Amino acid sequence: MATPNTPLWEVFIRSRNGLAHKHVGSLHASDATMALQAARDIYTRRGEGLSIWVVPSTAITASDPAEKGMMFEPAESKIYRHPTFYDVPEEVGHM
Amino acid sequence: MYTQALNTAEADDRSLEDVAHAAQFQARIDAEERIEPNDWMPAAYRKTLTRQISQHAHSEIVGMLPEGNWITRAPSLRRKAALLAKVQDECGHGLYLYAAAETLGTSREELVDAMLAGKAKYSSIFNYPTLTWADIGVIGWLVDGAAIMNQIPLCRCSYGPYARAMIRVCKEESFHQRQGYEIMLTLCRGSDEQKAMAQDALNRWWWPVLMMFGPPDKVSQHSDASTKWKIKRFSNDELRQKFVDATVPQAQYLGLTIPDPGMTQDAEGHWRYSEIDWTEFKQVLAGNGPCNRDRMAARRKAHDEGAWVREAAAAYAKKRQYRQSAQAAE
Repeated sequence: MATPNTPLWEVFIRSRNGLAHKHVGSLHASDATMALQAARDIYTRRGEGLSIWVVPSTAITASDPAEKGMMFEPAESKIYRHPTFYDVPEEVGHM
Repeated sequence: MYTQALNTAEADDRSLEDVAHAAQFQARIDAEERIEPNDWMPAAYRKTLTRQISQHAHSEIVGMLPEGNWITRAPSLRRKAALLAKVQDECGHGLYLYAAAETLGTSREELVDAMLAGKAKYSSIFNYPTLTWADIGVIGWLVDGAAIMNQIPLCRCSYGPYARAMIRVCKEESFHQRQGYEIMLTLCRGSDEQKAMAQDALNRWWWPVLMMFGPPDKVSQHSDASTKWKIKRFSNDELRQKFVDATVPQAQYLGLTIPDPGMTQDAEGHWRYSEIDWTEFKQVLAGNGPCNRDRMAARRKAHDEGAWVREAAAAYAKKRQYRQSAQAAE
């Protein structure tokens, strides 16, 4: 008999206070409690973190890489959003 | 690790696919861009990687067996704690790799079922027995050493999730090799019997370890596609030579003899080994190694005996979910 699938979870870890939770990988678990325990065992065996988030993979909505042009091009063409776009005379000093 | 020997690429059937897509894909590879799960990729790339990563994962899991054999018999608490941690790491490596393989579209359950059904391979090296404590030293020193040699280039593999898993694995594997070498060093500095035990383990593992790098380049099939796709960055023989060159001085330091009387050092400093017995390799891959049946039986037993745990966990999760939705409806 084929083994039934166990839900997939994405794991995020805060490595130290002051830093954001960062995606580290995924794992399978039946529920959130088991997912947290498994995440502890799989991703923090060497003091990699102080805090763990687990999120059901199905709860994530992702952008489509095929549409990355449409999605991100508008940001690329607006160079005036960057400080280096503006000229400040050297005499004025650091700004 | 553990997959070099099993690498075989799928026939490249790009004629069936969008030629423009394929050209664009190869251009991204050539520009050293990483490919991510939702990106377009040739079907053969997906199939080759699914097989390679899942076989790598199976190898990590089966690799727990020969070492697990010695956890209860480790000579001291220090050694026992280290071995336990190492075997737990191997399990973790298997899980990172299954997760990477799954991003290509096949579920972990399907991958595991294929292994249990004997349809997927794992590294030939784990079909050898661990007869003495010195074998645990040699496995760490040489088997994990060979694995590192193979895995470091995989950290730059074109497929993002595989490369990321390899970076984690390599960081952890370094402890494995060092703990193995320390076991060997302790034995070699011990009594005559201990030193003889270390030499005996080296004698038995040396050739199987060299086989881990896979068939010689002149007969290695299909590595062209893997090279072109930047899954594989060095040939089997290149990696094997690198490994031998790194290992010989380590053996000399231990005062052990590599069981290859024909070995010579060439003018460039490379250690040239004798012809490898590839019939043995083929036999072990075909299922006729000393422990193939034991390993498969142990994996099937663990899977079958764990079935009630998976069922209970799923039933409990379902019950909780049902209660929560009932409460929400009130």
